Amino acid sequence: MNVAVAVHDVQSEALIGAAEAGPAPKRIVVAYGFWIFLLSDIVMFSALFAAYAVLVHATAGGPGGAQLFRQGTVAIETGCLLVSSYTCGMMSLAINSRGRVGTYLAAAITFVLGAAFLALELREFADMIARGAGPQRSAFLSAFFALVGCHGLHVTAGLIWLAVMMAQVAVKGFVATVQRRLLCFALFWHALDIIWVGLFTVVYLMGVAP
Amino acid sequence: MTQARYDRAPGDSGRALGPPQSEVLVYTVGLTLAVLLTATSFWVANTSLLWGPGVVLGLAVLAIAQMGVHLVFFLHITTGPDSTNNVLALAFGVLIVFLVIAGSVWIMANLNANMMPMGEMMDLHMQH
Repeated sequence: MNVAVAVHDVQSEALIGAAEAGPAPKRIVVAYGFWIFLLSDIVMFSALFAAYAVLVHATAGGPGGAQLFRQGTVAIETGCLLVSSYTCGMMSLAINSRGRVGTYLAAAITFVLGAAFLALELREFADMIARGAGPQRSAFLSAFFALVGCHGLHVTAGLIWLAVMMAQVAVKGFVATVQRRLLCFALFWHALDIIWVGLFTVVYLMGVAP
Repeated sequence: MTQARYDRAPGDSGRALGPPQSEVLVYTVGLTLAVLLTATSFWVANTSLLWGPGVVLGLAVLAIAQMGVHLVFFLHITTGPDSTNNVLALAFGVLIVFLVIAGSVWIMANLNANMMPMGEMMDLHMQH
């Protein structure tokens, strides 16, 4: 019985405070470190958002957002990413209960929805470039392609990561290292969805709002 | 007496001992709220029922609310004592994001407002 615990923690004697408990398990340390990385990634996105907000009217006589953006496509993209975030959560639950079938199924749905999002976004980019609205047309379009393209690159990286993780589950099973990596992947995927919320609001909805 | 109180890993629900149905429910509630907020955002951007200048502010509020829903229901960020470090890191990140975006927009708007109009600048060049 630790005296300090008894003095500080009269009500909940059953719990030892973080200071006396020693180093936290690796799962907590790894996830916290990845959380810090994600926040710095979001800070990087905030710089791209700031550049976009500053340059949004600098169309240099070229097309603006209202002429270029199609809300139907954006709504489908948003739905894909939102539901894939949900299935990613289902994957986390299946991993916690060591269910292989559930993990593979949820991962497959997440992958397909992410790939559908990416395909729609690439089609939109190709369509804009074919109409002469590529990134070199105006400062507005440079900022648009930098911001939305950076998010698309993150989604691409996430899809590759997910495929690699499923291969690791198949080969190694649910060992501690694989579980930590899957936890980090889930954090990454949910964070991408949070960035997309800001993105579709600032770029697509505010861009076409009256 | 032996159970230690560690921080919670971000993304872990902290309900590992509870029934799995309740965790599915948490994600489902989050998805429902997020879909509702997204649908409202798209409606607000396209309707003519609302006062035009207020639309942008309304969209910003809806987006921030949806980010909060994602943080609580998908990333399991809570106000509990085991989540303090995660919340503090998040608060610092939000502070930096606010400074970068608000500062950039403010300074660049100021520069644009104080910039000499293009015509006068051309006249100055012509005089030399």
